[in-house]
Amino acid sequence: MRAFTRGLIGIAGFLALWELLGRSPLLPADALPPPSLVFGELVTQLTSSEFISHVVATVLAVLIAIGIAIAIAVPSGLVLGSVPAVRHATRAVIEFLRPIPSVALIPLALVMLGFGPETKITLAVYAALWPILFNTIYALDELDPLLVETSRVFGTGRVGVLFRVALPSALPFVLTGIRLAATTALIVMVSVELMAGSEIGLGYFIMEARSGPGRMDQVLVGTVVAGAIGVLLNNGLERIRRRWVAW
Amino acid sequence: MSNMLEVADLGHTYGDYEAIGGLTFTVRAGELVCVVGPSGCGKSTLLRTISGLITPSRGDVSLKGSHLAVVFQDYQRSLFPWLTVQGNVEFPLRSLPRAERRARAAEALEWVGLGKAAKKRPWQLSGGMQQRVAIARALAYRPALLLMDEPFASVDAQTRFELEDLLLRVRREHDTTVLVVTHDIDESVYLGDRILVLSNSPARLVADLDVPLPAERDQVTTRTDEAFVALRSKVARLLNVGKPSIDVEKWAAAERESLSETVPS
Amino acid sequence: MNKFLQRWSVFAGLIIVWQVLGVAADDPFFPPPSEIVEAAWEWWVLEPENVTEHVLPSIGRLLSGWAIASVIGIALGLLLGRSDRAMEYAGPLLVFLRSIPPPALVPVFLLLFKAGTSMQLATIVFGVIWPVLLNTVDGARSVDVTKVDTSAVFRIPRHQWVLGVVLPAASPKIFAGLRVSLSLSLVLMVISELVGTDNGIGSQLMTAQREFDYTRMWAGIVLLGVLGYGLNTALLAVERRALAWQPRSRDEQHA
Repeated sequence: MRAFTRGLIGIAGFLALWELLGRSPLLPADALPPPSLVFGELVTQLTSSEFISHVVATVLAVLIAIGIAIAIAVPSGLVLGSVPAVRHATRAVIEFLRPIPSVALIPLALVMLGFGPETKITLAVYAALWPILFNTIYALDELDPLLVETSRVFGTGRVGVLFRVALPSALPFVLTGIRLAATTALIVMVSVELMAGSEIGLGYFIMEARSGPGRMDQVLVGTVVAGAIGVLLNNGLERIRRRWVAW
Repeated sequence: MSNMLEVADLGHTYGDYEAIGGLTFTVRAGELVCVVGPSGCGKSTLLRTISGLITPSRGDVSLKGSHLAVVFQDYQRSLFPWLTVQGNVEFPLRSLPRAERRARAAEALEWVGLGKAAKKRPWQLSGGMQQRVAIARALAYRPALLLMDEPFASVDAQTRFELEDLLLRVRREHDTTVLVVTHDIDESVYLGDRILVLSNSPARLVADLDVPLPAERDQVTTRTDEAFVALRSKVARLLNVGKPSIDVEKWAAAERESLSETVPS
Repeated sequence: MNKFLQRWSVFAGLIIVWQVLGVAADDPFFPPPSEIVEAAWEWWVLEPENVTEHVLPSIGRLLSGWAIASVIGIALGLLLGRSDRAMEYAGPLLVFLRSIPPPALVPVFLLLFKAGTSMQLATIVFGVIWPVLLNTVDGARSVDVTKVDTSAVFRIPRHQWVLGVVLPAASPKIFAGLRVSLSLSLVLMVISELVGTDNGIGSQLMTAQREFDYTRMWAGIVLLGVLGYGLNTALLAVERRALAWQPRSRDEQHA
C-alpha cells in the first residue's frame, strides 16, 4: 500500500510539473494546456456520446486486430517453431518483412483498401503479428525435449504432441507476445487514424482537434485517454496471463 | 602477538529472530581461525557483520588495519564474467596506478598457480580454478583480514583437498590472517590454528579450542593423526550442546556413527 | 552454406513469382520487382540529390533520436533500477507514459518546437526511450547479491560500481531494449516526416502516393525494409562484440 501511495505521489509530481510548465511564460501560449484545464475538458468529453464512440471505435478495432493477428501468428509460429526446414527457408523473407515499419505501408494500404476501418485494422495486424510470431517460435525452442520424449513414449503422435504438450507449455510466452502486440496495435491504430485513413477513432479525434479549432486541451484529452487504454490493455492481459498460467 | 580482529558482545536480530546472541572473541595477527557451527546457526550473519555488509544490532567489531577481503562460497556469482581472470583480480585495485595493479595481480595469480590463465574468462575455468581466482583477488588486495565464507563447499572432494592445502601454503608464505567460516568439522580441524565452536541459533560461543597440530599439515597423515581424530570428535560432541534442534540431533548422530567407524574404540 | 542457400533461394523464388505475376497482371498497384528496382535506380542513383536531401537526413534524424533516447534511457534506468524507492515513485508514471502512442503527441511537439528537426527528434526520443529505460531498470535490478556484496567488501568507488558492475551486468537486457527501440525509431522517423516536413523518406513516400506514382512508393517501402534490416544487422554485430564475455553455451561453462 505504501508503494501505491508513492506511485500516486510520483504521478502527482508529474502533474504539478506539467501545470507549472503549462502556465509558465517560457512556452508558447496554448502549446501545453495545464492539467487543470485538460481535466475539465476530459470530464466534458467523457460525457459526450461522440467522444465515447471514438473511443469505442478505436478499442474495437484494436481488439479485432489482435484477434486476427493471433489467428495468423500462433499457427504460423507453431509450424515455424516445430519444422526447422520451413523456418530456415522463410527466414530471409521474415527478416526482411519484419523491419518494414507498418506506417510505411500507410500509402499502400490507403490506395488498396480505402479510408475505411479495413486499412487501420490491416496495418495494426501487420504490426501485431511479429511479437506473437516470435514469442511462439521462441517458446517452442525452449520446449523441454524430455516432455516431448515422454509423450512420444506414450504413443502420442506429432500433431498430438503439438497440441497437448507444445501448445500448453508455450502458452505463457505466447501470452506475453500478445500483451506486447496489444500495445503495438494500439499505437499503430491511433497513428493511422491520426495521419489518414479513418473517419472515426481516437486518433481522428486528436487530428480534428488540432487541425480544426487548434484545441490543444482536446488533443491532450485524446492522448491521455489513449495512454489509459494502453495501461488497461497491458494490465488486463498481464492479469489474464497470471490467472491462466498458474503452473 | 597483536590482535587483528576484536569482536565484543556481538549480537544481531532480524525482527524477532535472534541470529547471533552475543559473541566475544579475537583473532591474532597471522592466525588462521575456523568458525564452525551447525547449518543455519547464524554463521553467515556473523560473517556479514564482521565484513561490514550489515550493521550488527549490538556489540563491536574492530579491525586493526583498514580493509578486509572476503572469499564467498558462490565463486560463479562472486567473479565478474565480463572481466578476464586478470581483470577480476585487479577489480579491487582500481585506485592504484596501472603498472602496480598489473604487477600485483600477476603476482597473486602466480601464488595460486594461475599465472597462465590471466587472459581467460572465469567461466572457461573449472570450479576449483575459479575459486582460486577469488582467492588471488582477495590476496592482491592485501587485506588485514581474509574472511572466507564456506569457501570450499561448492567444489568436489578432490579439489577441496587441493584448495585447503593451497590456502595453508599461501597464508604461511604471506603471513595472512584468516577467518574461515564453515560447517565442516574436518575442514575446521585440518585448516585451523584455533577453532571457535558456535551453538545453534542464536549463535553463541560454545568453545574456543587450540588445534594441537604442527603447522605443516598433510591430507593423509594429518587426518589420521590421533590429535586430529580426538579434536574432531570433541568438536562434534560440542556441537551437540546448547539448544539441540532435531536437525542437529540427526546430524550429530550421523557424525558419531561415522566416528565410530573410523576410530576403533 | 547449405542453410544460406536454403534461406535465400526461397527469398529469390518469391521475388521471381512476384515478377512473373506482376508482369502478367499489369496492375498499377503491384508493379513487378524489376520496375521497382528501375524506379529506385532513377530516383536515388541518377538523382543523387534525393539521397543527400532526403535519405541521409532521415537516417541522421533516426540515429540521433535513437542515440539521445538511449543515453537518457540508460542513465535514468541505471539510477531507477538501483533504488527500489525511486522505482516506487516513478513506476506507475512510467507505465502510463509508455502507453501513450507517441504520434498522438506530434501536435504538441509541433507547437512546442515548430515543424522541423527538433520536433521530429522529440517525437522519436519520446517514442523510443521506453524500451531502453525499462529494460535498463530490469537489468540493473538483476545484479545478484553476491556481486553486490563483493563490490561492497572491496569498497570500490561509486563510478566503478555503476560503470564496472551495474552497467555490464545489465548490458544483455540493455541491448535487447536498444534493438526494440532502433526498429521503433524507424517507425517514428517515418511518422514524424509524414507530418509537417517536406524532406525525408517519409515525406517522399507521401508525395509518391499523392502523385499516384506507385512504383516509387514501393521503392520507398523496400528502402525502409532494407534500412531496417541493415540497422538491425549492424546493431547485432555490435552487440555480439560487446557481449562476447557472455558464456556462449552451457557446455562451454564449467559447473
